[in-house]
Amino acid sequence: MQLFLQNMVNAMQWGSFYALIALGYSMVYSILMLFNFAHGDIFMVGSYIGFGVATALLGLTVAFNFPLPGWVILVFTIILSMFLTSFVGMFIERVGYRPLRDAPRASAAITGLMIGIILETGNLALLGAERLSFPPLIDTVIFTVGGVHLTNKKILIVGVSLAMMYALHVFIQKSKWGMAMRAMSYDFQAVPLMGISINKIAPLTFAIGSGLAAGAGILYSLAYPVLDPYMGVLLGWKAFVAAILGGRGSILGAALAGFVLGFIEIFSVWIFPSTFRDVIAYSIILLILTIRPHGFFGQAHSTQLRL
Amino acid sequence: MPLLRVDNMSHFFGGLRAVHKYNLVLEPGHIVGLIGPNGAGKTTIFNLITGIHTPTSGNIELNGQNLIGRQPHEIAALGLGRTFQNILLWRHMNVLEHVKMACYSQLEYGLFGAFFGTPRRHREENRITAKALHLLKIFELSEYQAQLVTSLSYGVQRRVEMARAMAINPRVLFLDEPTAGMTPDELNRMITIIRDIHQNFEVAIFLIEHRLKFVMELCERIQTLVFGEIIAEGSPEEIQNNPQVIEAYLGSEDVS
Repeated sequence: MQLFLQNMVNAMQWGSFYALIALGYSMVYSILMLFNFAHGDIFMVGSYIGFGVATALLGLTVAFNFPLPGWVILVFTIILSMFLTSFVGMFIERVGYRPLRDAPRASAAITGLMIGIILETGNLALLGAERLSFPPLIDTVIFTVGGVHLTNKKILIVGVSLAMMYALHVFIQKSKWGMAMRAMSYDFQAVPLMGISINKIAPLTFAIGSGLAAGAGILYSLAYPVLDPYMGVLLGWKAFVAAILGGRGSILGAALAGFVLGFIEIFSVWIFPSTFRDVIAYSIILLILTIRPHGFFGQAHSTQLRL
Repeated sequence: MPLLRVDNMSHFFGGLRAVHKYNLVLEPGHIVGLIGPNGAGKTTIFNLITGIHTPTSGNIELNGQNLIGRQPHEIAALGLGRTFQNILLWRHMNVLEHVKMACYSQLEYGLFGAFFGTPRRHREENRITAKALHLLKIFELSEYQAQLVTSLSYGVQRRVEMARAMAINPRVLFLDEPTAGMTPDELNRMITIIRDIHQNFEVAIFLIEHRLKFVMELCERIQTLVFGEIIAEGSPEEIQNNPQVIEAYLGSEDVS
């Protein structure tokens, strides 16, 4: 039981990363019917931007001899990095995807892969192959509750992730932009005729998705403070699996599937040797998708009429 | 000055001539009908004026402003609302949300408010909700406001589409076969509703319709389109007695 709860805690942490990244895939898919395959690398860029922001803030506090507590710097790092990374997402939409909006979807998918490679190798060229280590902004504190070890970082990661997901939920359900995104996901053609520009909603969607990826990147760096240019590849693909498992274009599904993915991975390590983790975990997901090809909340899509 | 003016508009889909030298003058407060056999290009004319396609040649002016080359969302913002032949509603949104959605550009609050719910957002949302509820009342949709559109009958869905089109405060309303798939009862109700909104909102209406009874009863002027060309234009009586129209349009109905 104790071991079970311990695994649950770890699964929640991994699930948070997957869920936050999967949301970006799903949001973009739901409005533009394309998977942004550069999204995993946006997560990487977000982590690096987080590194830059945190280092700069730490440097400033030293320079001005004004020591701020680590958590204050962390809060600013998260907010600033999410903000800056959202511009990366908007830039990618503008130069990479908008010119291809009427092109076959395969072209757009390849664009995503290429942008991903550009981001990875660009980073490699700029910063070199040496791995960076994310500054330890807060000290790890371990609590033991009923034999289960919790750390302040794990609680923070899960808590902040859930808060971001809740904010996104409110945004999508209650705001005018969220309403426009929902409308666009069901019918593309009628939206402009209500006076709403797709060229406003699409960049906004990329911005929010990228911001969430940056948030995930910093939370990830708190737990695993090693940055390298390829850190987003495997994690990005896994989150993509979560987005599919949740149902293409389903926001709630992506969040839920992210956590499910975390649980399956962690619990397969509990039972099987850890080297088999991904083999077992992804075989299980393959099986789920065989039974439910549209994922948890997905529906059979008819081809949408596009402008 | 006419509210909407189309001069010499032609359009080709590749080598296919879809619309040929089409003209339209829509005065404020008028109702004009467009009839013609299937495939004559009626919906294409709607799509050309609303900016979904750009005409190969010709001029379109709404309220003195040129519409050629403008994006559909800009044209909508200039005061042109429309409905669709094949009802384009958003399957997972309820009736109230549809109408609120069309008020999108009248909502004034920022992204921060959208995420964190500022008083300004609440105020704006309440204002628009009140407006949407008022429209639902006019279209006799109040009882359905919380229902998903997929659960509604065809006739009710058409009314939702019209309420949504009216929510953008249009000066010109395009209706693409507003009575398709309706029962005779619903048809009569639609005539009343169109008369009501025509009077209460001072909106000019341009409509495509197959049911002649409906067109004859509502429209001041009727255009008959065959193979992308207007073969007759005039009052309902003139159209009814025009031999070309009878041959091209009414004649084809006898066959079926």
